[in-house]
Amino acid sequence: MSLRPIFKLVAVAACVASAAAIGIAVGADDGPPPAAAPAVVSLWPGSVMYRVAGDFTSAGKPVGAPLTMVRIDRPLAIMTHQVTAADYHRCVQDDACPPLAPEVVPVADRPAVKVSWRDANAYAVWLSSRTGVRYRLPTDEEWAYAAGSRFKDDAMPNFDADDPAKRWLARYDREAGEQQPSDREPRPVGSFGANENGLLDLAGNVWEWTSTCFVRRVLDAAGTTIGEPTVNCGVRVAEGRHRAYVVDFIRDARGGGCGVGVPPSNLGFRLVRDEDSMLRLRALVGRLRDAVGLRGAG
Amino acid sequence: MTMRTTGTVCAAMAALVFSLPAPSRNLDLPREKVDLVAPPFVHDHEQATTRTPRIVEFKLVSEEKQVVIDGEGTKIHAMTFNGSIPGPLMVVHEGDYVEVTLVNPATNTMPHNVDFHAATGALGGGTLTLVNPGEQAVLRWKATRPGVFIYHCAPGGEMIPLHVVSGMSGAVMVLPRDGLKDGSGRQLFYDRIYYVGENDFYVPRDDQGRFKSYASATDAYADTLVAMRSLTPTHVVFNGRAGALTGNNALTAKVGETVLIVHSQANRDTRPHLIGGHGDVVWETGKFSNRPETDLETWLIRGGSAGAALYTFRQPGIYAYLTHNLIEAVQLGATAHFKVEGAWDDDLMMQVQAPEPILPAVRGALEQPAHSAYHR
Repeated sequence: MSLRPIFKLVAVAACVASAAAIGIAVGADDGPPPAAAPAVVSLWPGSVMYRVAGDFTSAGKPVGAPLTMVRIDRPLAIMTHQVTAADYHRCVQDDACPPLAPEVVPVADRPAVKVSWRDANAYAVWLSSRTGVRYRLPTDEEWAYAAGSRFKDDAMPNFDADDPAKRWLARYDREAGEQQPSDREPRPVGSFGANENGLLDLAGNVWEWTSTCFVRRVLDAAGTTIGEPTVNCGVRVAEGRHRAYVVDFIRDARGGGCGVGVPPSNLGFRLVRDEDSMLRLRALVGRLRDAVGLRGAG
Repeated sequence: MTMRTTGTVCAAMAALVFSLPAPSRNLDLPREKVDLVAPPFVHDHEQATTRTPRIVEFKLVSEEKQVVIDGEGTKIHAMTFNGSIPGPLMVVHEGDYVEVTLVNPATNTMPHNVDFHAATGALGGGTLTLVNPGEQAVLRWKATRPGVFIYHCAPGGEMIPLHVVSGMSGAVMVLPRDGLKDGSGRQLFYDRIYYVGENDFYVPRDDQGRFKSYASATDAYADTLVAMRSLTPTHVVFNGRAGALTGNNALTAKVGETVLIVHSQANRDTRPHLIGGHGDVVWETGKFSNRPETDLETWLIRGGSAGAALYTFRQPGIYAYLTHNLIEAVQLGATAHFKVEGAWDDDLMMQVQAPEPILPAVRGALEQPAHSAYHR
């Protein structure tokens, strides 16, 4: 297997990048070229107030989703920017990802758009095998944690349960009122700015896939789930200016017809890098050595 | 047959009443100047009038300009009347004279004219209004037939379809002097009127399948003709652009309000449908002397015509108004939304149970087919 030495080299490079990322609480690491180890922001564990995704009913009527405190109990390494069209195209060239839509130009400074949840996963599998580090889509909770102030609580006031139109109209107005860029044309990376964690382009005109499935729960009067929820993993949560539930093989969520609402302008993604526990231990040891001045003794 | 005879008699009476003295170059009739407004809105007008016929003056300015027709930023070199796609809706009453000044500013590059389907003679006025950049012409025609009719640019040859599929069409509504009536002669009124002009666009693609843009209409010409010849539009849109009548620009109404929707398509058949509503009273072919149809689910607007549908909203919420070729509605853009406020009517519809997991104890749960021969 002539590929093996190269693979190892890449893996080592990724380890170094991870260690560097772990060494700082919050911040971007530029890292080696994207195919090897994409730039990530590493976040310390913490908590986020999180409006649970999915639909909820109580006594046969729709009710608002509960708000919970979610604990992210491990460091979270998440891509600084969305996977670019050029990044994705490398996976296509390796025959590991379906081709981009013809109108999406594989350039380095624009996000990959018109990609389905399945495409995003194919990319994650490919990138993991290329780098030797596991990459995956974030859960919706992780996305919310990393997005910070750019995560929108999509709670609706509790409308008269007997008038289904009120909730519907309110949601339509809210989504229509979001500051929509006048076009859906993907913008250069960084055009929508950074959030307080240094992540670029969150809630711009590209929505991001998460691994969270659509779930419907029945609540009792106290808000406790009754019975088994309906879990539909053919529909995943996409995050952006508003939370959207999109069928996993859809590449373009534009609405019309029965789906009256404001659809995501574009579907793209960024990945989370899973930190191997040994890797994290080594990184910690490295930092401790640095701290006590044992440089180069490793 | 009865209807036709009545119509003919009426027309004859109208001719007697309205054409005396014989039309001359300078009609001795009151004049009214109307400022047109951009669709989907319509200028103020009387639904029925007690006034005598008049000359109603309109101004149409042809404007060539590049416009964006979808959310991806796809551009075409559009040709427009008064800068909008479609051109504005002009409302007059039967027996009125429409006097249109067609202006072709010197900033344009092409000759333009206007063919009114409601007018009689000279190719709908087309041969009398062909103006070059820097020219203008005035055409007067008598509104003899009540209904909604399209108008469009028709400068000759290949230019006719090209100008039409570049956006150059609009509509005229000729109301009966005593207003709209249902099939039994009962007076009908509307609280709001919207004009939805539908356009099919044919944007050339490069060899990667991406939409091309061109420096000028001349540069786009050859490729556009090829795209048109496919008879397969790349865009089918309302009000000139995919999504032009959704979101913040959604059409609005209130429960209990009656809305008249005038729908035109200058080139191609389409089938409007209001999801969650109906066409209470529909002039499918758009001509008000014909008995309107009632309670329609979907109606056909023939290419090269306009139709009108009257609907009273009975339930609040979001409605999609679209062409029920759903591929064109969803993928090519022909969808508008109505946002309707008001009180929900449980009698017409109610959600007896919101979607929940199937539980044996719950009414409606799948029953064991113990006695079913099918499962034996």
